[in-house]
Amino acid sequence: MSTASANPDWVLPDRGRVGMFSLFASESAIFVIFIVAYLFYAGKSVSGPTASVLHLPVLLTVCLLSSSWTIHRAVAALRRGEVGSFARSWVATIVLGAVFLGGTALEWRHLIRDEGLTIRTNLFGTTYYSLVGLHAFHVTVGLIALATVALLTAGGHVKREHAARVDLLGLYWHFVDVVWIAVFLVVYVVGR
Amino acid sequence: MATTDVGWIDAGTRPRPLVDRLQDWVTTVDHKRLGILYVGYGLLFLVIGGIEATILRLQLVRPHNGFVSPQVFNQMFTMHGTTMIFFVAMPLVFGFANYLVPLMIGARDMAFPRLNAFSFWLTAFSGLFLYFSFVGGFGLYGAGTAPDVGWFAYAPLTSKTFSPGHSTDYWTLALLVSGFGSIGTAINIIATIASMRCPGMTLGKMPLLVWLNLVMASLVILAVSPLTAAQIMLLVDRYLGGHFFDTQAGGSAVLWMHFFWVFGHPEVYVLVLPAFAFASEIIPVFSRKAMFGYPVMVAATVAIGFISMSVWAHHMFTVGMTSAGNTFFVLTTMAIAVPTGIKIFNWLATMWGGKIYFKAPMLFCIAFLFQFLIAGLTGVMMSSAPFDWQLGNSYFVVAHFHYVIVGGILFCIFAAFYYWYPKVTGRMYSEALAKLHFWLFVIGFHLTFDSMHVPGLLGMPRRIYTYEPGRGWDTWNFLTTVGVVFQAAGVLAFVFNLVRSYVRGRPAGNDPWDAWTLEWSTTSPPPEYNYATVPVVKSRRPLWDLKHPEDPDWKYE
Amino acid sequence: MSPTSIFAPLSTPAESIFELSILVLAIAAAIFLVVAALLVYSVVKFRRKRNDDGREPAQVYGSLQVELAWTITPVIIVLVLFLASARVVFAVQDAPRTKDSLEVTVVGHQFWWEYRYPGLKVVTANELHVPVGTRTFLNLLSADTDHSFWVPRLAGKTDLIPNHPNGTWIEPRETGLYLGQCAQYCGTQHAKMLLRVYVDSREDFDRWARQQAAAARDDGRVAGGRRVFEQTACINCHTVSGTAANGRFGPDLTHLMSRGTLGAGVVSNTPENLRAWIRRPDDFKPGSLMPPMGLSESQLDAVTAYLSTLQ
Repeated sequence: MSTASANPDWVLPDRGRVGMFSLFASESAIFVIFIVAYLFYAGKSVSGPTASVLHLPVLLTVCLLSSSWTIHRAVAALRRGEVGSFARSWVATIVLGAVFLGGTALEWRHLIRDEGLTIRTNLFGTTYYSLVGLHAFHVTVGLIALATVALLTAGGHVKREHAARVDLLGLYWHFVDVVWIAVFLVVYVVGR
Repeated sequence: MATTDVGWIDAGTRPRPLVDRLQDWVTTVDHKRLGILYVGYGLLFLVIGGIEATILRLQLVRPHNGFVSPQVFNQMFTMHGTTMIFFVAMPLVFGFANYLVPLMIGARDMAFPRLNAFSFWLTAFSGLFLYFSFVGGFGLYGAGTAPDVGWFAYAPLTSKTFSPGHSTDYWTLALLVSGFGSIGTAINIIATIASMRCPGMTLGKMPLLVWLNLVMASLVILAVSPLTAAQIMLLVDRYLGGHFFDTQAGGSAVLWMHFFWVFGHPEVYVLVLPAFAFASEIIPVFSRKAMFGYPVMVAATVAIGFISMSVWAHHMFTVGMTSAGNTFFVLTTMAIAVPTGIKIFNWLATMWGGKIYFKAPMLFCIAFLFQFLIAGLTGVMMSSAPFDWQLGNSYFVVAHFHYVIVGGILFCIFAAFYYWYPKVTGRMYSEALAKLHFWLFVIGFHLTFDSMHVPGLLGMPRRIYTYEPGRGWDTWNFLTTVGVVFQAAGVLAFVFNLVRSYVRGRPAGNDPWDAWTLEWSTTSPPPEYNYATVPVVKSRRPLWDLKHPEDPDWKYE
Repeated sequence: MSPTSIFAPLSTPAESIFELSILVLAIAAAIFLVVAALLVYSVVKFRRKRNDDGREPAQVYGSLQVELAWTITPVIIVLVLFLASARVVFAVQDAPRTKDSLEVTVVGHQFWWEYRYPGLKVVTANELHVPVGTRTFLNLLSADTDHSFWVPRLAGKTDLIPNHPNGTWIEPRETGLYLGQCAQYCGTQHAKMLLRVYVDSREDFDRWARQQAAAARDDGRVAGGRRVFEQTACINCHTVSGTAANGRFGPDLTHLMSRGTLGAGVVSNTPENLRAWIRRPDDFKPGSLMPPMGLSESQLDAVTAYLSTLQ
């Protein structure tokens, strides 16, 4: 049998990307179930606050979606070997993500303290905090991963040859943003 | 290669200290070793699950028996079901996939070896965690709080109100963690098949086993995730005061059922597709003919994968869905019988005109065909919703799904054990012992599971720790229990064969079956790197091409 | 003959299911015979012979016509089965009320059955009475977990799910006692949540209903027992109409003596069994939700005597 190097035309998809997209499929299925529960119970709470107490999180959404743009720029910069530009855009992504999380925390504090809405208050409370919380959890995990890369960059360990791997992390971050679009539409647009 | 040394490293080196060799196994990221770990784990829990079944059957051997209390019985059927699905069948399926897929596509390992190891240990840990419930914790029933809510854990029985104590939490957490392991392995399988096939192996030239595992992995991704979500919701209910399934606060018990069965039905296809994979590799070799209708088999597999995501509520025909809702699921469930039947016909057509060798792998596959046919037909009976209103939740259902899982899936797994044993160990198993295993198990299987259908037809519901005399159920329950003895004896013969042959079996060589897929081109057992040079293939049966250069497959494909 | 066989229907819905099942079984049997015969034939005819020459047989890779044939035939069979099933689904699930149909509310409890006849002001437990030849609609509710009402000779099973009212109906053709039991795992004593449906003649049913609607008998001779009953925690769980006892957690005992069994079909209703049950329900039904009341022997005698008067 001839060797693989004699077959330069044999090109298969990158396994990192296939793996990451498979992960997206799994995560999407999980989010779909939470969304189904949210929609199923919409309007069915017997008592307590309803979705009308929610304010449209415009600023937070702009931050999060912008962070997709900054991470895209970061990865493109790293591909070109511009580590400095990469680092700046990467940190900007983290900052925007942190703002999103911080804003979510503030919104929740308001809901708990001023509106009396907790996860155990009623069906709306349970489904709202679960769905938005699940997304926030994924943002948090993403931020930890991004921060780890930032630390490695600060130590001078991240170079041009790592662009493909960093890009995978970028894909994850884009996915988290796409999920936010879905959650935003379901909770703040359709469900209210 | 040396024939006397069957250690895991190249011949000529002295065996290393035991501690070092154990550490090799614990830290391994090699797909073959992880495959063996998964399979060994599954076999161990098969015996444990079998003991649980034996306890159930001893209690039910006659009416009003007092072998175990109702509390223990309810724990036994919950643990038996949970163990068999998540810690026997899944590990066996993943184990064989792990071992065989890279070999059969000419790759050196899975796409993500470390993720592979991590996934295995997640599963292994969660099984031990589940069993810790027998000895740890507190709860309503005193010592031992093994879950007792049934393997599908319906709400609101699982709420804190009706299940105080931790029995339900053991169920939820063990399956949550093992679910992550399953998803990890599925991601690995998909990435491996997509990205690591050897040159020339287009999707249309992959062995059917690889196709079936690809679809299986996709189903795991789409099906286990909803269960994960539902379990998170259950934990929110139980510990954060949530109301997802809290019927007293307006929550819905039926919602849990939908979420569970969206997982539960594709799950059984996760288990059966690899069984089909084994049959699809073994039947052609032992009939000495190429698989009949390869493209149709692929198409049928993909069709089954898709349709299986749309049939779940046939487990819910009695819960009060609308007549339109019920009718929809009748249609989709009946529809899935079509590609499934097509597969049976194609296997028959493969045997037709061939030269059948009745070695153990083929014996088990022939029994599989017969038994899976029956299992499928009882499934069709229950797909007719009105008929299911009588048959559902009775021993007819229990008989049906054991017919599929034991008579179909386990028989194929036994076949796979015997078929690939020489490749994995380098030794031949004892054909006589294997035939003894086969006949004992066939007799036991039919005694138990043929009989089991009848009480269902006579009104016996499932999950009852005892039953009334005078309903016509007694004799059939007795026969069902008797069959356990033969199955246990068969499994004993099986395990004895595996162990004894490892020590004393004659060396197998690379290709004892004169087979046609890539794994038979390397040594038995394969070296750690699988192939010295990456193979290049031109057809679905690369070794047929090599052995028959005057009449290669690629001329006809 | 089994009193719970699905193949011995005596009520309209069970009969509809039975007729459909014959068709389904016939088709399944035919498919089995054909395919099994082909399997046996191929295993025999194409086995490797002893005088085999070792050459490989002709390699056949497939055949479009054959694949079409065994795709189209199953599709047709599926269509037939689907249409036949759909017809029965709609006929049974959407059956209309009739002029004289009866309404009964069934509430499933761990581990007993509550029956309320709203039109007749009857509340009873564990033994359902219905008139023969009449459509009785059962509205199915649950007070706790999931249950399922399954009396095979009368109808298919339908689940009782909390917060999800369901319905089913029966239309028995013959009088008699019909047996069944809970068919959805509901906890420890799921196995002993038995069903007893008495199909009475119209006159017998009317007489039964009138008797059930009356308040409890007040027999002065068992005043001592009645005092024990009312001063112990019994009244927290049980109702005896016309007295202070109005608990809803356990079965209504107003006409306890009109029932043939105790504990949802677990033992026959005799004074000895009744006394033993009150003493320690776990002796008969371990895990039932009635605790032992810790009564003295004389208290037990008195209470048993009192309950024995509740005809």
